[in-house]
Amino acid sequence: MNANGAKRAMKLMIVDDSNIMRRRIERSQQFEELELVGTACNGLEAIEMFRKMDPDVVTMDLTMPQMDGIECIENIVKIKPAVRILVISALADKATAVEAMEKGANGFLNKPFTDRQLNEAIAELIR
Amino acid sequence: MIQEQELKTFVEGTTNYFEVAAQQPASIGSPYLVTEGTPSCHEYTGMISITGKREGVVYFTAPKAMLTVLLMKMQESDFSHETMRDLVGEVANTISGNARKDFGRDFVISVPSVLSGERPEIPSAAGTRSFVIPINWRSHSAKLIVALK
Repeated sequence: MNANGAKRAMKLMIVDDSNIMRRRIERSQQFEELELVGTACNGLEAIEMFRKMDPDVVTMDLTMPQMDGIECIENIVKIKPAVRILVISALADKATAVEAMEKGANGFLNKPFTDRQLNEAIAELIR
Repeated sequence: MIQEQELKTFVEGTTNYFEVAAQQPASIGSPYLVTEGTPSCHEYTGMISITGKREGVVYFTAPKAMLTVLLMKMQESDFSHETMRDLVGEVANTISGNARKDFGRDFVISVPSVLSGERPEIPSAAGTRSFVIPINWRSHSAKLIVALK
């Protein structure tokens, strides 16, 4: 709650090395509770942006240059343990999903996805 | 060399991609083995290198006209050269990543690299033979090329 008693929007950061995917996620999410505060195209950029913008919710790709999503999750969870992370990745094996959750992710959505699947996954994340 | 069941994984991944991302199913032709030289490709080609328990390359190659319609179906309004390159890389990455459902996590995929131009030639992956999976979507044709040891 802010000083006026209004509920504060949760800050969202989108991490994906594809511009198309970042824009797609940005367009699809229609939650009044979320305010987009930043986007990043690799793990290193994401950590820098995370420190600056202090998001509450992050969508995270896994296969990215410079630093992958798993290592990035480990890092940002250390900075802010309460952060909510939705992994959005093409990697469809169970072991990867389990590892992401063990590192601190809260949800996992496989690419490709529909707008409905994305919105349901985000709704679950911020519930 | 790639087995029939493994090829099926890529056919299913391609079918699923068009059904979900493009919201319109593609017709997938019978896969065939390239017996001479390297397969021909379209204006844009996304490449994923495979390492780990398998080695090789997965390519998705498509003409600009098809990618333009695909982007429109995805509500995208940027049809620049960079966006076309981004899209072929993302399609190749998604289909290759989805294949880990059957191949497991030791099927390690690289970040995408992209070839573009009039008649780009794909580099041949040493020790592999290329299987082509023809993709027909709306009035356009594209290919998924799988070359694994």
